[in-house]
Amino acid sequence: MIDKALIGGKKYYGLIAVLLGVIGVGFLCYLWQFFHGLGITGMGRDVSWGLYIAQFTFLVGVAASAVMVVLPYYLHNYKAFGRITVLGEFLAISSVAMCMLFIFVDMGQPLRVLNVLLHPTPNSVMFWDMLVLSGYLALNILIGWISLDCERKGVAPPKWIKPFVYLSIPWAVSIHTVTAFLYAGLPGRHLWLTAIMAARFIASAFASGPSLLIILCLIVRKTTRFDPGKEAVQTLAKIVTYAMIINLFFLGLEFFTAFYSRIPGHMQPLVYLYAGLEGHGVLIPWMWTSTALAALSLVLLVNPVTRRHESVLVVAVVSVFFSTWIDKGMGLVVGGFIPNPLEEVVEYVPTLPEVLITLGVWAIGFLILTILFKIAITVKEGVEEAGA
Amino acid sequence: MGVNRRDFLKITGLGALAGAGSKVAADLVFKDQAEAREARSNKGAFVGKRWAMVVDTKKCIEKVEKDGCRDCAIACHTVHNVPDFGNPKDEIKWIWQEPYEHAFPNQHHPYTAEGLEGAPFVVFCNHCDNPPCVRVCPTKATFKREDGIVMMDFHRCIGCRFCMAACPYGSRSFNWRNPRPFIQNIQENFPTRMRGVVEKCLFCEERLAEGLSPACVEACKVKALIFGDLEDPDSEVREILHTHRSIQRKPGLGTMPQIYYIV
Repeated sequence: MIDKALIGGKKYYGLIAVLLGVIGVGFLCYLWQFFHGLGITGMGRDVSWGLYIAQFTFLVGVAASAVMVVLPYYLHNYKAFGRITVLGEFLAISSVAMCMLFIFVDMGQPLRVLNVLLHPTPNSVMFWDMLVLSGYLALNILIGWISLDCERKGVAPPKWIKPFVYLSIPWAVSIHTVTAFLYAGLPGRHLWLTAIMAARFIASAFASGPSLLIILCLIVRKTTRFDPGKEAVQTLAKIVTYAMIINLFFLGLEFFTAFYSRIPGHMQPLVYLYAGLEGHGVLIPWMWTSTALAALSLVLLVNPVTRRHESVLVVAVVSVFFSTWIDKGMGLVVGGFIPNPLEEVVEYVPTLPEVLITLGVWAIGFLILTILFKIAITVKEGVEEAGA
Repeated sequence: MGVNRRDFLKITGLGALAGAGSKVAADLVFKDQAEAREARSNKGAFVGKRWAMVVDTKKCIEKVEKDGCRDCAIACHTVHNVPDFGNPKDEIKWIWQEPYEHAFPNQHHPYTAEGLEGAPFVVFCNHCDNPPCVRVCPTKATFKREDGIVMMDFHRCIGCRFCMAACPYGSRSFNWRNPRPFIQNIQENFPTRMRGVVEKCLFCEERLAEGLSPACVEACKVKALIFGDLEDPDSEVREILHTHRSIQRKPGLGTMPQIYYIV
């Protein structure tokens, strides 16, 4: 099937060329970082994780969200999702690939990455995170590829694939739970030391991932002869609605615990993020943008009239995506380091090469996504035309 | 004769190879252990069961306020090849001073005793009995020794900085760039680090192995740093802790820090 990625129209080649260009710039910046060290980023001794780890955290959510199409289709026989399960799985593959790359570019000694396997350390959550992420990647490659190949041949998927499909459902939950445990088990980082972290991660994942999938479905409908289906998009929109409400509810719980208990350590990072601390607050506009987008998206999603209107729905899901991206892809990780363990406020702003490397990794993810979607959609177009 | 010359040579050759091979393998497996045992039983080495440090803060504060003393930090950073980048973002610190309210953020209040607010407190790795950094390290590059020292293997560290996120004391530093050009006088008897690895105070384990006190303890002219074995009932640290009121940094987190401050 890979051959289908090689033949395409001008727009397809154009998109690939643009992505390769962004990847090239990112790669050059990475070479600089590789030889100079992570000092070219905005990270420092106080905020020691930044944009890279935040992207990783956010994208684990996008990856996990594939389960939101797999589960209704395979466990509840929800036929409308049959058309897009492969798209969900392919989105998961490209997201996990980005997750792994973001971890890689964040490492001080990337050539020693295999030490994690050479010296397996079960008490480290990072060890488990690596296991569940690679397992999830393998599962989605296997399931996505086999199902698509069967679809192309017009045969039912083999029976042996079913156990893998069922396994992939709890596995999706595990990747985001384990990723939350990276943060939620650290003494002295009050913003992260919360039992609801994993639940919050999953809620925001099931809002952001399906949002991106809706956007992708609409792009696919516009640019190809394959229509993912109005019903599939609408059901995804309902999932996004519920997940976003739960996500914001969980965020509210954090605020309650911090501000009703009045424990300074719990309040400080939230105060820093939303109002500024000791005169520092570079993230304030971002956090309030996130809040405003969340509010806007809720208004548009909860109301069935606006939700059913696809052009309005686009605005809503783009808002959800960026709102959760700011919240998790910036605020959560950076906010956890501020104030530092000595209660000093040291801020973090990513540098230009850091941003370009980040964009480069995103471009690699989108390149993988573009190629996988091209294959899937060419197969689906072929099947539908043969059927017509 | 069942064995001709050719076969004989083959067999003996293989035998010799196998012998040499097993010797190499045995060396690889046992030599490290033998060397480790040797190092531990080094004659004159300081051997302890639970190393700890007591800081007599009154003596230290008086000295610092008199002449801006930084003897311990200078001594430590010199013998351990700690670079000086000249900027706070990349800074590497093994031992340094923090104002009281930052060293003990939960314990200051508006009516703190005179002279305590803003007073310099010397801080470094707490060599916790229950170290979160060790718990999170994905490669065992940081580990707790039997004598309580929280050690670092600079060669195994992958630079993921999970330990920095886990340490509630900010005691760990990362080499954001190549440190070697920023070391004033490289000491040949202690390794320099490369970019991309984490480092911190190691309780001068290399000096203990030679029967020397930690460099900071030796450098302190007012004897404000007292180092010793907490499991030895006759040790000076035990005696001081027994007779003075002492505090630890963030004891509520359950890390069981082994640096005690007498205030």
